[in-house]
Amino acid sequence: MSVGTITDARVLMKGNEAIAEAAIRAGLQAYFGYPITPQSEISEYMARRLPAAGGVFLQAESEVAAINMVYGAAGAGARVMTSTSSPGISLMQEGLSYLVGSELPCVVVNIMRGGPGLGNIAPSQADYFQATKSAGHGDGRNLVLAPSTIQEAADLTILAFDLADRYRNPVMILGDGYLGQMMEPVVFPDARAPRLAPTWATTGAAEGPVRLINSIYLEPDALEAHNLRLQEKYRRMRAEVRVEAYKMDDAEIAVAAYGIAARVARSAVDRARAKGLRAGLLRPISVYPFPTEAFADAADRVRVFLTVELSAGEMVEDVRLAVEGRVPVRFYGRMGGAVPTPPELLGQIEGTLREVSVR
Amino acid sequence: MKQIFARPSSLAETPFTYCPGCTHGVAHRLVAEAIDELGIRGRTIGVASVGCSVFAYNFFNLDFQQAAHGRAPAVATGIKRVLPDRIVFTYQGDGDLAAIGTAEIVHAANRGENITVIFVNNAVYGMTGGQMAPTTLPGMRTTTTPFGRDPRLAGHPIHIAELLSSLGGVAYIARVALCGVAQIHKAKKAIRRAFQVQLDGKGFSLVEVLSTCPVTWGMQPVEAVRWLEEHMVPVFPLGEFVTPETKGRA
Repeated sequence: MSVGTITDARVLMKGNEAIAEAAIRAGLQAYFGYPITPQSEISEYMARRLPAAGGVFLQAESEVAAINMVYGAAGAGARVMTSTSSPGISLMQEGLSYLVGSELPCVVVNIMRGGPGLGNIAPSQADYFQATKSAGHGDGRNLVLAPSTIQEAADLTILAFDLADRYRNPVMILGDGYLGQMMEPVVFPDARAPRLAPTWATTGAAEGPVRLINSIYLEPDALEAHNLRLQEKYRRMRAEVRVEAYKMDDAEIAVAAYGIAARVARSAVDRARAKGLRAGLLRPISVYPFPTEAFADAADRVRVFLTVELSAGEMVEDVRLAVEGRVPVRFYGRMGGAVPTPPELLGQIEGTLREVSVR
Repeated sequence: MKQIFARPSSLAETPFTYCPGCTHGVAHRLVAEAIDELGIRGRTIGVASVGCSVFAYNFFNLDFQQAAHGRAPAVATGIKRVLPDRIVFTYQGDGDLAAIGTAEIVHAANRGENITVIFVNNAVYGMTGGQMAPTTLPGMRTTTTPFGRDPRLAGHPIHIAELLSSLGGVAYIARVALCGVAQIHKAKKAIRRAFQVQLDGKGFSLVEVLSTCPVTWGMQPVEAVRWLEEHMVPVFPLGEFVTPETKGRA
């Protein structure tokens, strides 16, 4: 299968490959990455396909180098991305901070695996805090999109490049090992032509004033002003809140889950409905900005939230902040690559409903 | 009246803010003169590093990117790979290039990235107040080697020019010293040659520039230049280590 022969028909593809193909179709001009399971297929796909599509593929010596190559290429005006998995994202934190500080657009894919430390190569959602709370050191933020299907992974990858440009900010695709490895049918849009370098990019100052890509502001007042401007940008980013409400209209219990956990939760909600339980699913698609309003609205209607994650409980904190104590927020998580089954979650839904009924 | 000396157009009007006697100003000027002479100002992009030269972009009249500590060769790689017809150079100190940035410089050189690196070696961390650098001489006192650098505990001065010369991707490696007019002329020639190598598409080029840091060395500027010549040059021999002509002969 080559870039040129993939048509608009549905193709069966691994999540990692679909992300890579979507990025190429979004007009990707450069990819820099370092191998790490369970996302190495992205690098491999790029190595095979990107040069033929007119882009640059380069295997970096480390994730540290990869994210800084992204910085250079983004600053030079190219549409650029990298991809990695959890330990690699830790190494990229420094670069992410510089990218947000210098306001450079790029796409960073994190196909999360189990931690802490070397952990394992199984699916996980334990990088939620790292993704959503800060882009490295300082007060910077990534815009973070969390796909739940392979089609959505492809669609959000294309959207991510446009949002990165719109806000001059890194955009992260937050997936997990399941999403990266499993195969589903996916439809791609036509390939786009590469976009032109923005006027702020450092392309050589032949025709005008010199340009600077920079994140240092030595004077406290200047750095505070820069930060205030960034904070204003993050407020504007709230226009990008995306959330899916599934069977929420008359729900008594809202299951809160994103990514692969939401796939299992959806099945559990269907099973609960089949048993006459009024369960619904509230699925953040953007996890930063978090769909706070959708959760706050739901808190006025449901009796209880059940947050399900492949972690010790990270997104649940954002759910609690949104719900503001109006109804109980319960948590069920599996770790280390363990993924709950639909019957397992159905049991959690039933147990949670029993608990609030007794109260 | 005939003008015989002027500011290179690749230098900004901004006065240098370096300490008295610091050779960064000389190194900046040599780089700017080389860029002017080659007629490449409009298509050159510089990458500033972290250290005293963190504000290099203020002094050059060029497009610039500011890189994280040690990462300038990776940033330059990103720029050059997407803009292969532009001229890209990094300007890095010894802490930046030879300590925290060793992985990035080794692999950029080994890949033969067609970039130019100006490597300023003054044997000390200047910006942070005179701590030991990877290039600090044995016995040399710094704020973190108060009794002199003991190689048994703190390692040996690292020889970047020699180290990189063994790599397949390098096309030009030279070490020069900013001590005296003759040496400064040689430095200028090496810097210009490094940029020419990049213009010719031959691969990675680096000029290690032995420099002074009178303030952290605790010396008067003239004394510092003399110290550079008498103590640093014997440890860090000058010359061209790799040229496109000698490449592959070893």
